[in-house]
Amino acid sequence: MSERAQLLLAIADDELVLGWRDSEWTGIAPFLEEDVAFSSIAQNEIGHARALYELAARDLGTTADELAFDRKPEEYRCAQLVELRLPDWERTIARHYLYEAADADRLGRLKASDDEELAGLAAKIDREEVYHRMHAEMWFDRLKDEPRFTAALEELRPLVDAISDPGLRSGHTPELAELWEVMTEVRRSQPPGTTW
Amino acid sequence: MTEAQVWAALAEVPDPEIPVVSVVDLGVVRDVKVENGRAHVEFTPTFLGCPALEVMRDQMAASVAALGVEAEVEVVLDDSWSTDRITGEGREKLRAAGFSPPAPREAATPTLVQLESNGFRCPYCGSRDTSLENIFGPTPCRSLRYCRSCKQPFEQFKTI
Repeated sequence: MSERAQLLLAIADDELVLGWRDSEWTGIAPFLEEDVAFSSIAQNEIGHARALYELAARDLGTTADELAFDRKPEEYRCAQLVELRLPDWERTIARHYLYEAADADRLGRLKASDDEELAGLAAKIDREEVYHRMHAEMWFDRLKDEPRFTAALEELRPLVDAISDPGLRSGHTPELAELWEVMTEVRRSQPPGTTW
Repeated sequence: MTEAQVWAALAEVPDPEIPVVSVVDLGVVRDVKVENGRAHVEFTPTFLGCPALEVMRDQMAASVAALGVEAEVEVVLDDSWSTDRITGEGREKLRAAGFSPPAPREAATPTLVQLESNGFRCPYCGSRDTSLENIFGPTPCRSLRYCRSCKQPFEQFKTI
């Protein structure tokens, strides 16, 4: 697989899996504004994943849906940070804050890339991510002196370098396989001959 | 078949989520070319996660095909769409439907301080005494604001 396709899949898998994790707050976030915010952020991340999968699919001669849902869990290239199921708010916000900062750096590098197609898509994604960063920073300011939040930041911080550098990724958490069961259930249960 | 006829047909295709505006009002049609009886339309999504993307693409293809030409709608995944591309007419239609149109794109990216400032006007009473309720709203392209003058919540288009 080309280096370009590997990079596209690493980023797309991060965005898809994080989008699913963010969507787990739909309906049960601590208050209504956050229910709306995390649902919207999840929708954006999955939209970014789709666009990145479409570029990769063209290189690999397949489709975005096949890349998103027809691989085995061990074939995904996402970082462990996005895989974790974090049903407590302080850890969700800590991950959100760490991820958005690392993603901003990553997008900055892609925007400066010689690969015009990738640079153009990164610029589009970054316009949307501005609002995610605002939201993450708003929450950081609210919680920065709360011991539970600072402990969550310390706990998750070691995982953030692998967002910037896919070369640091090795292996997955058991939580990815559990998420994969849910995420691919509809596609795996399709009757023969189903078209999408 | 002329390019103007294709543009006219596209101007009748409503945005599926805000049907008061057309895809041409929104500025998402980037280019139209007609060659040898085939129409090629370049379309840039507003937000990449927009669930209406396929519906818009299919409706555009159908409306052009109804002119009796073969239609191809290409989705362009780059940064060429901005809320600045929403036409003056489109902005007026949004305002009349109770949505506050987006602020112009600036060289620097938008900030929370800006969104929390009083630079946004209520589409109902025109007051600038409005506050940010939520960066996010019912669709990715909108934020929620509240007008302290007429006590009315409203939706503000994000600047992209």
